[in-house]
Amino acid sequence: MIEKRNSALPGPDDIHREVLPNGIVVLTRSNFNSPSVVVTGYFNAGALFDPDAKLGLADFVTSALMRGTKKRTFDKIYNELESVGASLGFSSGVHKSGFNGRSLVEDLPLLLNLLSESLIAPSFPKVEMEKLRAQLLTGLAIRAQDTSDMASMLFDEILFKDHPYSRPEDGHPETVKKITRDDLVKFHRALFGPRGMVIVIVGAVKAEEAVRQVKRALGGWQVKGQKEAVELPDLKKLRKTVSKIHRIAGKSQSDLIVGTNGPKRRDTEFMSASLGNSILGQFGMMGRIRDVVREKSGLAYYAYSSLSAGIGPGSWEVSAGVNPSNVQKATDLILAELNRFVQDGVSEDELADSKANFIGRLPLSLESNGGVASALLNIERHDLGLDYYRNYEDLVNEVTRENVVSAARKFIDPDKLAIAVAGP
Amino acid sequence: MTNMLTQTTLSNGLKVLLKEVHTAPIISSWLWYRVGSRDEVNGKTGISHWVEHMQFKGTDQFPANILDKSISREGGMWNAMTYMDWTAYYETMPADKIDLALRLESDRMINSHFDPSEVDSERTVIISEREGNENEPLFTLGEAIQQTAFRVHPYHHEVIGDMADLRTMTRDDLYNHYRNFYVPNNAVMAVAGDFDTNTMLARIKELFEPIPSGKEPARLAREELPQNGEARLSVEGPGATYYVQACYRFPAASHPDFLPLSVLDSLLSGPSNLNMFSGGISNKTSRLYRALVDKELAVSVHGGAQATIDPFLYSITMTIHPKRKSDETLAALDKEIQRVKEEKVSKPEIARAIKQARALFAYGSENITNQGFWLGYAEMFADYEWFQTYLEKLSKVTAKDIQRVANEYFKSQSRVVGTYVPLDGRVA
Repeated sequence: MIEKRNSALPGPDDIHREVLPNGIVVLTRSNFNSPSVVVTGYFNAGALFDPDAKLGLADFVTSALMRGTKKRTFDKIYNELESVGASLGFSSGVHKSGFNGRSLVEDLPLLLNLLSESLIAPSFPKVEMEKLRAQLLTGLAIRAQDTSDMASMLFDEILFKDHPYSRPEDGHPETVKKITRDDLVKFHRALFGPRGMVIVIVGAVKAEEAVRQVKRALGGWQVKGQKEAVELPDLKKLRKTVSKIHRIAGKSQSDLIVGTNGPKRRDTEFMSASLGNSILGQFGMMGRIRDVVREKSGLAYYAYSSLSAGIGPGSWEVSAGVNPSNVQKATDLILAELNRFVQDGVSEDELADSKANFIGRLPLSLESNGGVASALLNIERHDLGLDYYRNYEDLVNEVTRENVVSAARKFIDPDKLAIAVAGP
Repeated sequence: MTNMLTQTTLSNGLKVLLKEVHTAPIISSWLWYRVGSRDEVNGKTGISHWVEHMQFKGTDQFPANILDKSISREGGMWNAMTYMDWTAYYETMPADKIDLALRLESDRMINSHFDPSEVDSERTVIISEREGNENEPLFTLGEAIQQTAFRVHPYHHEVIGDMADLRTMTRDDLYNHYRNFYVPNNAVMAVAGDFDTNTMLARIKELFEPIPSGKEPARLAREELPQNGEARLSVEGPGATYYVQACYRFPAASHPDFLPLSVLDSLLSGPSNLNMFSGGISNKTSRLYRALVDKELAVSVHGGAQATIDPFLYSITMTIHPKRKSDETLAALDKEIQRVKEEKVSKPEIARAIKQARALFAYGSENITNQGFWLGYAEMFADYEWFQTYLEKLSKVTAKDIQRVANEYFKSQSRVVGTYVPLDGRVA
């Protein structure tokens, strides 16, 4: 059996971090167990920069990056990738946009070339843009029929009213229709650049070789006047519970989300809130929430809670898929659980269970190259320190019951919740 | 990196496969039963999946709430899945905690309660699971296609079962199904990860060998009759998007033709990814993408081959372009199918498909859960050798083989074409 479990986790002695002269941060960790490699990262060009009238712009731009570059056509780009069983894709987030790719290690140079070309020199061919627009619009038509997507959009509209987080990154049909090729070109010119970009490489390659390859592909990239990140406005908190329903005719099941704001990733309460959330709706088979909604009442196939914490204010949500006639019943059960959670907190046993789970599951989440790569991104994005995963056990263990209950009370007010339902 | 493989059968008939992988301090344990929706008669459809749910409801030794807590407390990941041909339970745990999973699985092979009140509350949960599926256009379309494609063979119904049966099945139905199929001689135990084979085997023997073997469960074997003539159907439902699925009859995974067909699948629509715990790759330079999506007849196209015991379907799913009629898209598909029948594919195209398969294999071997999965999964429709020799066999596929299977399996007179017709605000 492999000894010293803790040293198998990524740490300062096996993560290599280097800042290139043009500002790109490179993080790598080797794993020679499989002949494959993962490349992932982000850059400062998210949906926050979208004007309201052209919401979905960042999403359109990132989707368009590989539709043609100054050197290669769309078909040529994908032909090179797919011919070697590699993959590469871009996607937009709120603050940042990201990329994710993988290949056999022998094809890493190709993967990095395509990444570099797509980032630096996309050509946004007109014909391809129209094809892409039809695909994006169909995606939005499918979204409009998805009870889970629509409940989630409605929830964000209620919870983040008048805040950029209320906007869906993929936009609306009317805004996506308005985006022109010129918009794409300008967005790319203003925002894309090496400053703020992070690239992570994990797999069957040595650190110095990985860095050398990144330098070759992206080290020469310079952009003058690259736009800075925008300031987030303050969030207006809910003054009372707001409940809304979005109707989608002909559906058999409704999706329900009950929730409120959660901590930012860097807030001191983050770990306490995470452990609390685990007890509320994750631990074992989805915690207390599933126990009351599914096991005791048989109301739903899925019912759980989740915490999403990023750069700005996060959300703390309880979700369930229920028969339309049971929406009220399920809502009442969830409200009762939230009340109990805030009033009585959690027991010593429950906390010990969730702590053991957090610590025990770490090696599993860091098993594949993709798992390690997201961990390294997480470290960099939130400035957690290269020794974060080595210290993780202590960080988890120092949380007390009092910490959990005060985090719960700080964020969850059972009288000021956002409740969103999408269904027939 | 040692990857020692051991295969043996215990005295009670339980087949055991062990693969030592010392890349991370993790072990993944899988228990597979040869039972799935193909073992269900009308009136009892969905019973295998429901039994799987009941396996989480506890035994004397591991009452329901103890069971899930014990696994989670150790940082384990566990779940179960029911398919047409099989039901599988797995736990991936820190290596020094795997004993809990072994004890749990040996216990619930024989001692699950099936408490009547738990059966009742699970009934509404499964009905809710089905209602969630019914929200999806491709579920309703797929269900209609399967029931058209299979009149005789039990692949005719969805794994989740028909609503009528979910409402009426009893606790005794479920319990009998459990007792009939959950016997060691109808199961495969597959463990991969950071262990010593001798110690692991001894522990498995200690826990599982006392369980008596049962009567070999008879599996339904009603062969589907040949289909003489194309079947077309449509399903109406909410939405604004048309989908078309064209489904061709594919052979069993153990059939030699499955290999040239896998190459053909790669060429037509990008490689189907059979890994359960690892993503696939894009298909934007596959023949069908170029012919349908690039030409703006569809906004997406996907092919899906599945490894099954009996002949099943290869489905090509097209999301129709909003400005096109589904018949135009289908006509373009037919043209591409005709092309692979008439023209031999080139050597580089075959080499490309093989490289894609090699890459997917490498990605899949990054994690131990996926390695444990393959050990037992391959046993369900062939044997582990099928998996071990897959790439080698694939590399022997010739252009002639591909042309032959294209003509033999991609016949319009034995396909089913289903269209999802969106009501777009109209009332059904």
